[in-house]
Amino acid sequence: MTPTRKKRLVVVGLLVLGVSTATAIALVALNDNIRFSIGPSEIVAGDFPEGRQLRLGGLVAAGSVSRDPGSLAVGFKVTDCIHEVPVTFNGILPDLFREGQGVIAHGLLDETGLFHAHEVLARHDETYMPPEVERAMALAGSGLVCGEPLEDHLATVRGSTR
Amino acid sequence: MIWKTIKVGFHRLGSAPSFYRFSTVVSPWLWAGFALCSVIGVYYALYVVPPDYQQSDSFRILYVHVPSAWQAMAGYVVMSILAAIALIWRIRLTEIMAMMCAPIGAAFTAICLATGSIWGRPMWGTWWEWDARLTSMLVLLFIYLGIMGLYAAFDDKRKGARVACILVLVGLVNIPIIHFSVEWWTTLHQGKTIRIFGESSMHYSMMPPLIWMTIGVKLMFGAALLDRARNELLTQDRRKGWVRKILSNKGD
Repeated sequence: MTPTRKKRLVVVGLLVLGVSTATAIALVALNDNIRFSIGPSEIVAGDFPEGRQLRLGGLVAAGSVSRDPGSLAVGFKVTDCIHEVPVTFNGILPDLFREGQGVIAHGLLDETGLFHAHEVLARHDETYMPPEVERAMALAGSGLVCGEPLEDHLATVRGSTR
Repeated sequence: MIWKTIKVGFHRLGSAPSFYRFSTVVSPWLWAGFALCSVIGVYYALYVVPPDYQQSDSFRILYVHVPSAWQAMAGYVVMSILAAIALIWRIRLTEIMAMMCAPIGAAFTAICLATGSIWGRPMWGTWWEWDARLTSMLVLLFIYLGIMGLYAAFDDKRKGARVACILVLVGLVNIPIIHFSVEWWTTLHQGKTIRIFGESSMHYSMMPPLIWMTIGVKLMFGAALLDRARNELLTQDRRKGWVRKILSNKGD
């Protein structure tokens, strides 16, 4: 390699290194603003900007969904398996909404601890499998439940499908 | 000895007429491979693979969305390697190849964003949210478009390519951000399904079309890159002897 090319190689290396370092520092500084949603435990701990719109993320607690028969109003609890936050919403829920499903509610927390959502989004996990595999798992009682670590759940899924 | 043969081979390929000949022979084979892989992949994706337990038939869009997303990112890595070689060694062909990666990568990024949006509407309940994964992918599209614009803004194509190659290396930082965005921050987008090391969270019966489509898309990228680079070379050298010779032969 000629000296000129060696010099250019160093410059290219420094360019990539410099840009990466600057971006890494900026992203670490912005960390709190980049997180898309916060969990019930953070709400309970008070780790959220007060009086501002929030995105509350977690699972719909089992047995917590109550619908108003006369309107679109629905109440449910969002849980992270440690704490629960009650949510009220008046509108159309996504198709995937059900108990145990991951959701993100966008709205405001009032002083009584009730979360008024104006938008509810469904989150789905990264697992893809045929329905009969899922049914076999449900029969074996291996659906994901609170308290069961995700790794154990995935190990059961794999055990019952192979 | 072997090293010398490879080196000489690369130097030969670096000359415009031999690249013209090489790409004319190779690219139809890559296009044929792409056609074959994608026909098999689409057939498997639509007719063979079972529906998903949660998303039913909607998840089938994954077989377009995921290979395009991977190629949008892999294409950028290829472009960055070519750009680094172009900046250090000043090889004209690598400058052209690096620049020709940008429109193809931009197209794959656009496909990824469009299919993701169409998928997100019924499943998540929204066309678009500003979460880290979606936003960093949109930034990738703008970087690609910026590289294309910068290259096009110069009358001196070699100078334009060198300036744009610097932008390519600056934008490289976005690739690990896209990849790790779902791990570093909470996002609406789910975590990664396919792992190279360790087990994937996709049932094995759903894997074949993903593999076919991924290989197909890679072949298509190669084919489009060779075709674009060949056309760019012909346009730039249109007044040079070797192009005139080809044209006069074609005219006979």
